[in-house]
Amino acid sequence: MAQIELIGICKKYKEETVIQDLNLTIRDGSFTVLVGPSGCGKSTTLRMVAGLERQTAGDILIDGQRVNDTPPGLRDVAMVFQNYALYPTMTVRGNIEFGLKNRGVSRKERERLISDISEIVGLGPYLDKKPQNLSGGQRQRVALARAMVKQPKVFILDEPLSNLDAKLRNQMRTELIQLHERLGTTFVYVTHDQVEAMSMGDEIVVMNEGAVQQADSPMKLYEQPANLFTAQFIGTPAMNIMKVGDIKGLRVQPESGAYHVGFRPEHAQINPDTPVEGLVLEGDILTRESLGAEHIYQIRSKAGAFFVKTFLKPLVTAERVRIAVPHGHLYYFSLNGSRVETSGGANEKTPSRQLIAGGV
Amino acid sequence: MTVWERLRPYSMVAPAIIVFAMFFIYPIFYMMYLSLFDWNFVSPTKTFVGIQNFVDLLSEPDFRKVLSNTTLYTVLTVTLTTGLSLFMAIWLNRSGFFYGLVQGAIFSPHIISLVSISLLWSWLMDPEYGLLNWVIGLFGFGKLEWLSHPSTSLISLVIVAVWKGLGYNTLVFIAGLQSIPQDIYEAASLDRSRPWTTFTRLILPMLSPTIFFLVIINLIGSFQVFETIAIMTQGGPVNSTNTLVYYIYEAGFRFFKIGYASAAGVILLFIVGILTIVYFRLLSSRVHYR
Repeated sequence: MAQIELIGICKKYKEETVIQDLNLTIRDGSFTVLVGPSGCGKSTTLRMVAGLERQTAGDILIDGQRVNDTPPGLRDVAMVFQNYALYPTMTVRGNIEFGLKNRGVSRKERERLISDISEIVGLGPYLDKKPQNLSGGQRQRVALARAMVKQPKVFILDEPLSNLDAKLRNQMRTELIQLHERLGTTFVYVTHDQVEAMSMGDEIVVMNEGAVQQADSPMKLYEQPANLFTAQFIGTPAMNIMKVGDIKGLRVQPESGAYHVGFRPEHAQINPDTPVEGLVLEGDILTRESLGAEHIYQIRSKAGAFFVKTFLKPLVTAERVRIAVPHGHLYYFSLNGSRVETSGGANEKTPSRQLIAGGV
Repeated sequence: MTVWERLRPYSMVAPAIIVFAMFFIYPIFYMMYLSLFDWNFVSPTKTFVGIQNFVDLLSEPDFRKVLSNTTLYTVLTVTLTTGLSLFMAIWLNRSGFFYGLVQGAIFSPHIISLVSISLLWSWLMDPEYGLLNWVIGLFGFGKLEWLSHPSTSLISLVIVAVWKGLGYNTLVFIAGLQSIPQDIYEAASLDRSRPWTTFTRLILPMLSPTIFFLVIINLIGSFQVFETIAIMTQGGPVNSTNTLVYYIYEAGFRFFKIGYASAAGVILLFIVGILTIVYFRLLSSRVHYR
C-alpha cells in the first residue's frame, strides 16, 4: 500500500517534450485510471512510475520515498503489460515463480504462494502449461498472478484488457474491480477507453498532450468537467459544443467570457411537452441509431450538428424537431477551453425570453 | 477424374524433381555404385572389387588422421563461431553509427570469395614477412609458424573460418535477439532478474531456434571444408590439415582412384547424415519454438 506522488515531472525524447511539469498525487489504496487519447503521455507516466523509463526532471515518490534512482525491481511495483509479456520459455508456474526466486523466497513458501494465487485467478489446472498454449483470457490471468504473487505496494496495469474480446473484457473488468477491493493495494491503470475508465476507476486522471486536464472521481468528471477537453472526452456520445454567438436568444453575461456552450446528449429533450427554460434549438434529424433501450439521434441545426440520446422512449420519427436543454444542464467554456460559470440569463425568468430562445 | 487432372500435380513439380534427381539423387547413387569398383577415370573397364575400397580406407592410418582432423576442425569452428558471434550480437544489438559500422565490418568477409580470403590470410600468416608475426612481435612474443607447423596449422585454418563466418552468424543472432519483445526484458527487470539470470533463463532459451539453425549449418559447412585447405596448406604439413573433402579430391583427381574416392565420399555422406539425424533427434525437443 502506498501513495504515489509525481512532482514537477518532465519527459523529453531528444527534442520532443512528451510531458511538461506534471504534478499528480495518487491516493493510497485507490484505483486510479489514467485516461486520454493515444500519445497523451499516460503510458509514459506509468512507465516512469514503474522505473522502466527515467524522467528528464522532477521527483517520483512511492510511499514517501524518492525512487528516482531506484531500479524497477526494487520499487515494490508490479506491472501487467498490454501484451502480457509472459516468459514464453517458462511454464505458467515458472512465470509466477520467477520473481519470487529472484527475491530468494524459499521453495516451500513459493509453493504456498503459487497455490494460493492460482486459486484466486483460477489457473490451477494450467500451472504446467506454456503460455502459448493458453487463451488470451488465461494469459491475462497469468500476468495478473505474476504481478500479485509479489505482493507489491503498487499495481500498474498498462491497457491490460485491450487484447481481449468484448465479452471477456467486461468479465475481466469486474474481476479487476473485485481484485482491487480484495487486495486494497494502490492500482494505477492506463487506458484510452473512457468507458473502461469510468466503470473501473474511483479516481480518474484525464490527460492530453502531456498535461493533466482533470483528476477527479468519475461522477465529478461527468458532472463538473473542468474544461472543454474533459467535457468532450467523457461520455458517449461526447458533449455537444456550440458557439454561444451562433445561438440566437441565448444570453450570457459578457463579462463571464463564455464563448462555447455545451450540453450532454442525454440532457436534451426532444419536442418537450412543457416549456423548458434554457437552450432551445430546432433542427432536422439526420440519423437515428437505435440500441434498444436507448436511441441516439444526430440532428442538424443552424448552429451545427449535434447528438441527442433518449432512454426508454419511443423512436422519434418526425423529420424536424425542437430540442430543449434546461439551464441547469448547460456548460460554458471560455475561448481557451476552460470552464466558466455564468448565470446564462437564468435569472431573467421571463416567458418572453423563453420564446425568443430558439433555433436560428 | 480425367488423366490430365491426375497428372497435373506431378507435371507441376516435375521440373524441380528432375533437376533435383539429375544433380543430387543420381550423383549420390552413382557415387555409391562407383565405390564398389576399381577405376581410374579413363579406362573403359571398371573392375568390381566389392567392399575392398572401404576395407582399404578404414585400415589406412592417413584416413584415420583425416577423420580426426575433420572432427577437430569442425568442433573448434562450430563452437568458436557460434559462441563468439552470440557475444558479438549481444554487444552490437543496439543502434548507433559505431555499432552499425562494426556490424558492417565483420559482415564483409562473408561476401568476399574464399579464394581471396585464403590468399590474404596466407600472406598475413607468413612466418617471415606476415603481419600477424609482426604484431605479436610488437608485444614481445616469438614468431609463430602458423600454417607451416603441424601444431598450429589446423588452428590457423579454424581462425580463418571463424573470421569469415563471424559476421553472418552475428547478423542472424541479432535478428534473433530483435525478435524478442522489449517488454519481456522490462518484465524481467520488474521481477528483479539479474542480467546473468535474464540471459540464461530468458534470452538463451528464446534464441534456441537460432542457435539450433546456426550450429547445424556450421556443422555441415565445416565438415565439408575444402577451399582454404586447397589453397593454403594442401593438407600439409605432414597431413596435419588434411580433411575429408580434400582427401577425396586428392584421391579422385590427383591419384585417379575414383572408386577409393567414392568410398570416402560415401563415408562423408554417412557421417554428415548421422550427425544431422542425431542432432535433430536429441536437440529439437529442447528447442523452444514460438
